[in-house]
Amino acid sequence: MNRVVDIANLSHRYGSVVALDKVSFNVERGELFGIIGPDGSGKSTLYRILATLLVPDSGHASINGLDTVRDYKKLRTHIGYMPERFSLYEDLTVSENLNFFASLFGVSVQDNYDIIAPVFGQLERFPNRRAGALSGGMKQKLALSCALIHRPDILLLDEPTTGVDAVSRSEFWDMLSRLREHDITILVSTSYMDEATRCDRIAMIDRGHILDIDTPANLVSKLDENLYNASATDMFGLLNRLRELPGVIDCYTFGATLHLVTRAYFDIQKTVTRLTESGLEDVRISRAKGNIEDLFIKLTRDEQH
Amino acid sequence: MIKLRILLALLRKEIKLMRRNRLIPRVIIVMPLMVMLVIPLVANLDVKNVNVAVVDNDHSQLSRRMIADISASEILNVISVGDSHSEAMLEIEDGNADVILTIPPDYSVDMIARTAQVDVEANGVNVTKGMLGARYVSESVLGTLAGISAQSGQKIKTDDISIIYRFNPTLNFRNYMIPALMVILLIIIGGFLPALNLVNEKETGTIEAMNVTPVSRLVFVLSKLIPFWIVGIMVVTVGMLVGWLVYGLVPQGCIGAIYLAAILFSLVMSGIGISIANSSSTMLQSIFVMFAFIIVFQLMSGLFTPISYMPVWVQYITYMIPPRYFIEIMRSVYLKGTSIAELWQQYLTLASFATVMLFVAAATYKKQS
Repeated sequence: MNRVVDIANLSHRYGSVVALDKVSFNVERGELFGIIGPDGSGKSTLYRILATLLVPDSGHASINGLDTVRDYKKLRTHIGYMPERFSLYEDLTVSENLNFFASLFGVSVQDNYDIIAPVFGQLERFPNRRAGALSGGMKQKLALSCALIHRPDILLLDEPTTGVDAVSRSEFWDMLSRLREHDITILVSTSYMDEATRCDRIAMIDRGHILDIDTPANLVSKLDENLYNASATDMFGLLNRLRELPGVIDCYTFGATLHLVTRAYFDIQKTVTRLTESGLEDVRISRAKGNIEDLFIKLTRDEQH
Repeated sequence: MIKLRILLALLRKEIKLMRRNRLIPRVIIVMPLMVMLVIPLVANLDVKNVNVAVVDNDHSQLSRRMIADISASEILNVISVGDSHSEAMLEIEDGNADVILTIPPDYSVDMIARTAQVDVEANGVNVTKGMLGARYVSESVLGTLAGISAQSGQKIKTDDISIIYRFNPTLNFRNYMIPALMVILLIIIGGFLPALNLVNEKETGTIEAMNVTPVSRLVFVLSKLIPFWIVGIMVVTVGMLVGWLVYGLVPQGCIGAIYLAAILFSLVMSGIGISIANSSSTMLQSIFVMFAFIIVFQLMSGLFTPISYMPVWVQYITYMIPPRYFIEIMRSVYLKGTSIAELWQQYLTLASFATVMLFVAAATYKKQS
């Protein structure tokens, strides 16, 4: 066991708003660790504490055995932080930005090129373009290159794929997988549940609470509910009707269909017949395989009860 | 060594960004030119064309000579000579006259008995014109009396007023204003630009990426201050060139003394700017606070109103206002040719302000919250 990140009972509040409530978890060396949660769940606060930018109200966090509050100066050379907002100089060119951040850490771009090569490869073609003129996906790659240039042990990525198109998002995750070959521990947060499966382990966070931490496969297997896909021509009517039925625990939109969580005695055939009789057309209900998002919804529902 | 390399990297970045900014380089060149070329023509407190209504009840040789002397003055115009004070008052009310000179009956007779008096009244609506106009008329009258007494060998009692304006013999307001205008430029450019520069980094989020680097606070703040040092020197250079080429005003003292003061003062202003930026999170906030400082600095530093005219308790406050010292240095060096050694107190005070502001700027800049 080789712990890189050690977080114990971390709490932080902004005025009366609780951002983090006794959060504890560990991340091991070389892991690609995901932090999944909706907006406002405390992800960015957690990142700011780990990046030594914020002092928590209580609890401790350490990276490589260095405390984020006490040893913040030493720690800053160990971490590569990519904030949620693009934080490079838009009026500097691609290569100027990279060289600038390299010289702040006292390293040269050539010496460390091997580590940024998989990320920076596509940017090589236009070293003289201003960072502000890059597309969203390219900006992310440049920001990642700048965060990597000093060979950090741990990479803190705060919602790196927000506002990036689907293709670039997928590419981005491929790059993260490749970075692990360099033995870099990666902590990545996202509000896209579908990205969670690309992580080794994920922590689900909601309103400052950790709901669960495990591998994506184990987490999905924890989903022990009766889950169905439901669809009809009038989706909104279907949603309202289903929510009123006895035996239905929860019903929510899931992509183009509805996901339906029911009690054991729920009967598909009877329900379809009843719904069709009540005037809905083309009603289909079938067994569904749950995923991380379903688990997330279940866990937040359990919290509320 | 490493720190110096980091500082150089930061400075290179600042200079690149400044040059790529569309507005800043232009402001640095155009603003000093505009201020130096236009303001001295507009903010002109020289009093000319003072109109005098004379009420002559004496009708003597002496009174006629007084009137002739007033008309001969470049500044004073005699617009009417009459017998009635109320007519002269009407001229004032109509705005035709600024000053009334009343010569009483039997003035020339009384004068020998040394009880003679003339009345000088001035329109106080335009304070400066009224005040100076009344003084010019009195001086002219005294001049006439002195001339007569010299001719006749008679001793005439005149209040021994003799005013000679040293260093700025013509009381040219421009000579007084031009050194001070450079102070205004440094207050605005030296204070605003670094503040806006830093708040801009906050607004665009680049400061987040900076804060997780091992760059120390002092190095970072220095990288923000030094470029505006250079800008300050450029502004003063442009100002001095315009002063020389357009107004023919050259410093009487050493140019090095002016540059030293300008560098110290730029440091003070940029330190204030950075400190303000540290405690504001948006451009709007920082501009607002900066503005408050600039107004106080301009009005209380002795720029327009001499400090000795202010109430005593305000005079004590002005010791806390850094531009006060810079203005004193600029005017002394420009008009009197004073040396650094003679102004050591002012230089020392500016240097202390600069040191304090630099540390306040570094201390209030927080990488952690």
